[in-house]
Amino acid sequence: MRLVSSIDKQSASFSENAAHMKSLVADLRAKAAEIALGGDERSRERHLSRGKMLPRERVRALLDPGSPFLEIGQMAAWRMYGGEAPSAGLIAGIGRIAGRECMVVCNDATVKGGTYYPMTVKKHLRAQEIARENHLPCLYLVDSGGAYLPAQDEVFPDREHFGRIFFNQANMSAIGIAQIAVVMGSCTAGGAYVPAMADESVIVRNQGTIFLGGPPLIKAATGEEVTAEELGGAEVHARVSGVSDHYAMDDRHALNIAREIVGSLNLKRREQPDAVAARPPQYPVDDIYGIIPKDARTPYDVREVIARIVDDSDLHEFKKLYGTTLVCGFAHIQGHAVGILANNGVLFSESALKGAHFIELCCQRNIPLVFLQNITGFMVGKKHEAGGIARDGAKLVTAVACAKVPKFTIIIGGSYGAGNYGMCGRAFGPRFLWMWPNARIGVMGSETAPAVLAQVRRDALAAQGRDWSPSEEAEFMKPIREQYETQGHPYYATARLWDDGIIDPADTRMVLGLGLAAAANAPTEETRFGVFRM
Amino acid sequence: MFDKILIANRGEIACRIMRTCRRMGVRTVAVYSDADASALHVRAADEAVRLGPAPAADSYLKGEAIIAAALQFGAQAIHPGYGFLSERAEFALACHAAGIVFIGPPVEAIRTMGLKGAAKILMREAEVPVLPGYEGTEQSDDFLMQQAVATGWPLLIKAEAGGGGKGMRKVVSPDEFLPALAGARREALAAFGDHRVVLEKYLAQARHIEVQVFGDQSGNVVHLFERDCSVQRRHQKIIEEAPAFGLPDEMRAAMGAAAVAAAKAVNYTGAGTVEFIADVSAGLRPDRFYFMEMNTRLQVEHPVTEAITGVDLVEWQLRIAAGERLPLGQEQISFDGHAIEARIYAENPAQGFLPSTGQLLHLRAPGSSRFVRVDTGVRQGDTVTLHYDPMIAKLVARGASREDALRRLRLALEAYEIAGPHTNRDFLLRVAEHQAFAAGDVDTGFVDKHATDLLAATEDVADVLVLATLHLMLMRRTLAGPQSAWDESCCWHNNLDVRETFRFTRGDVGHEVVAVHARGRLSLICGERTFDIASYREDAGHIEVECGGRRLRSAVAQGDAELTIITRRQTVRLMLDANVRADDAEEGSSAGVVDAPMPGRVIEVFVRDGDSVERNAPVLVLEAMKMEYTIRAPVAGAVRSLLLRAGDQVSEGARLFAIEP
Repeated sequence: MRLVSSIDKQSASFSENAAHMKSLVADLRAKAAEIALGGDERSRERHLSRGKMLPRERVRALLDPGSPFLEIGQMAAWRMYGGEAPSAGLIAGIGRIAGRECMVVCNDATVKGGTYYPMTVKKHLRAQEIARENHLPCLYLVDSGGAYLPAQDEVFPDREHFGRIFFNQANMSAIGIAQIAVVMGSCTAGGAYVPAMADESVIVRNQGTIFLGGPPLIKAATGEEVTAEELGGAEVHARVSGVSDHYAMDDRHALNIAREIVGSLNLKRREQPDAVAARPPQYPVDDIYGIIPKDARTPYDVREVIARIVDDSDLHEFKKLYGTTLVCGFAHIQGHAVGILANNGVLFSESALKGAHFIELCCQRNIPLVFLQNITGFMVGKKHEAGGIARDGAKLVTAVACAKVPKFTIIIGGSYGAGNYGMCGRAFGPRFLWMWPNARIGVMGSETAPAVLAQVRRDALAAQGRDWSPSEEAEFMKPIREQYETQGHPYYATARLWDDGIIDPADTRMVLGLGLAAAANAPTEETRFGVFRM
Repeated sequence: MFDKILIANRGEIACRIMRTCRRMGVRTVAVYSDADASALHVRAADEAVRLGPAPAADSYLKGEAIIAAALQFGAQAIHPGYGFLSERAEFALACHAAGIVFIGPPVEAIRTMGLKGAAKILMREAEVPVLPGYEGTEQSDDFLMQQAVATGWPLLIKAEAGGGGKGMRKVVSPDEFLPALAGARREALAAFGDHRVVLEKYLAQARHIEVQVFGDQSGNVVHLFERDCSVQRRHQKIIEEAPAFGLPDEMRAAMGAAAVAAAKAVNYTGAGTVEFIADVSAGLRPDRFYFMEMNTRLQVEHPVTEAITGVDLVEWQLRIAAGERLPLGQEQISFDGHAIEARIYAENPAQGFLPSTGQLLHLRAPGSSRFVRVDTGVRQGDTVTLHYDPMIAKLVARGASREDALRRLRLALEAYEIAGPHTNRDFLLRVAEHQAFAAGDVDTGFVDKHATDLLAATEDVADVLVLATLHLMLMRRTLAGPQSAWDESCCWHNNLDVRETFRFTRGDVGHEVVAVHARGRLSLICGERTFDIASYREDAGHIEVECGGRRLRSAVAQGDAELTIITRRQTVRLMLDANVRADDAEEGSSAGVVDAPMPGRVIEVFVRDGDSVERNAPVLVLEAMKMEYTIRAPVAGAVRSLLLRAGDQVSEGARLFAIEP
């Protein structure tokens, strides 16, 4: 059924909403543009003066001309580490190389010499996770001084720390996901294992170096004086040690070799069972700006959003009349079949049951799931607890957790409490998770949390027979509200890599289309559901 | 009439002859070389015979093999077309001996008209006006000097057996005469094995006007009026028209009569052309035209005569060769309107009209109509080679007046789209649009005189760069695999604008276009100008773009490293900025590397590999289309990679040698 939009584009609220969202998007783009510069001007100039290409230029030169680049963790480390690490000093994302979708991970040596902050490690590992789940060949453009030593306790010892990069390389290689390294700068100490563990590697002469111990360390240890180039340059590794397989004259040459390597992988393109010709939606995608209320508490029909994301605005809705606060239905996005779950209010028992049923259908039919998350939580209250809302919520959470079809989550509004779980939050392993700039995330909202805590406090005071003035209460609530506002903001969330990035709502269809096509590179595992509490 | 004839030619003329044959119900046998095995003229014929390898000497000039083929296939006659064997008396003789009709004049007529001096003497006897000069057998320096003084200055020294400008010298004053004579003799001897020269008065301002004649075996001779072929480059015609503009009736009658007299003097039969030169220093005057030579064959430019007289000249050739009388008497022949022919060549006007070769990557002719005729022998995908004449097509436009015809010619030229080799289309268009040409202010010096106007590429290239850039964007879209979001999304990047730079080189000039992809919108920046692209698409070799409220459209063809954009106004070849690989660059600076500037044959090599040479020292000589080019060392140093010997063929752009400084 083709969705019919009923919004009034002439209304004051529409233009007010649109202006609000546009300002959010403008702010997002301005920040992204600033981040894209990389390190400070001096670092960049020094980098260029060495004949090196800037990291983002390297990524573009590696990709097929005209290829999209779906960047992940663009705002990683935003306002962390004294604001010195744009994109956490690492550019990562999916792009086409030799006609194949690949994961590109590129150090930014203009940011603290490309060293790994805690968020850098987290981002590198997230990129590898995406590559593994979607069977994307990995290309590492290495130019890094290794771990950021002052924070060694946060980057070195733990399970999800530096060593995990090499663990992932070995295990991805083991399942046939190509690991390709291009050494375009330093690869020191632990970093030396990136090219060494790669299936195939390239090194740039007079520029790339690989060694376990650098010249200062050697001088300190043995007194031997040696230049970096003599110790671990291209001449050594391409002609003598065999650590590198290809000798490149400069960055561009190295990237061309890397492209040829991808071209020689002999990958078979996976057939996409239900990929049909993509058709644009019937309504302009930019309408979304005016549809999403400026005030997050104002309800709206999420079908208006779906109508601007799916092919031909066509949604085959499931159980339209039952559990109406969760909209479920089949559609296509950029030609890929999808099952959509979108919040249209608080989750009731019926909504949860409907969602679980729908996820079962999608897994049965091998249809990827798209969650449009805007949820304050499950319905609470005596009646609902007695009705078993926890039991029905658990069914939905079980279904979401066990579903092995590719899952995609977009947080288009609130992402609160158990609603986050039932709608496939980060912990539930969506292939990609994106946020809109108007979204908020937290265990509860910044209005609810202070109110709840104030109630607890008031009860405690009352038990002691003490009085609590309204001004005291307001004083109590203020810092709590501020904390929840700060930590629930998408920039705070994305800086910590709770998501894969903040997107322009108008790009939602594009982001999903690219993700669906990328996900189609991996075979889908069969789903086995856990015990559903009946 | 014949049942079957063999056409001993190729290309457009073979196709054109076959067209008339088909209309008359005459079967045709084509001949071909290996280079032409799948050529249009082979497909157009009823039967076809292979002659041999590509060089003309091994194929289209093999008279015996052609006669044998005619006998084997039962062809009763051979039509030689123009060029190749058409003016070779021995071939005509061999045809007669084999009992096959040679569609052309008697052997004697070919022979007589083939020798410049002898022909002139005969013409003088027949009271045909001949340019003052000397063409006798006495060749001593003193005697020739006397004759020169008698002829008057300035004058031309020409090789008796020559053609194509070889051995020709212009002499302005007596003191230059003897040195020029020595040079002309040396060149004539080298080129034709005959050092004899003729002297001829030089006309500073002249028009080339020729008269079409026809004779039958009963001794009747008629003329079909004149053609003006004054617009020439390198002594070859490129634009011809009929009738001659501004020719007084009295002079037309005089020229017709002179041409008929000339033909009668050699008992001419069939189609022939008597070429005159008219001294126009004082305008066209009945007493100021002179016999130059007679071409004893069908001319390339015969269609303009057909267009104004309504006569199919090939049909007449066949009828007369079959023994019929001339279909029309002189008084029954008239002309109506005006016709102009433009010869479209694969050549590079910007480089002295050097022939250009290569595959025709894109070829679209204007539609034929009552007013526009296209005679061609090639299709898209065919290759223009060095072996034969590089003419691609003859475009003929006609109309009630010269102005009408010219207007139609311009439009047809604009619609002619050719990519691959360089062509003279844009040049022809500028000729057709030149004020002097439109005014009929034309003489044989036209091209030289207006070279600056005609060769200048004055058009704005920004539009062309936009078209080229969008073509490249579309190309990469279609190159990718099955349809997905990854194919469509031109440079999309979440939250960021993406700038791409496209680099092109046109001639020696580099151009840059910056494409900005911003939130699904595309703009292109060329220099100072920004083009916001509303839409763009490509279909069947044509790209169409909507930007800034305008529609741009052009043909586009892509070769290995180049792109040709053909708008109605100009054909622009852009070299693509190859992603130069550093490992190639490492091999050495390209400064001392010399590539062939044109396809050609090496006729002399002056040095050996390893020799040291000075800057500008001659290294070898290339010959292409009757012209010799000395290739010199670009820098001083040692000659490297010189593997060529005299006789070797090289293609355009082929590595000749390198100089190591």
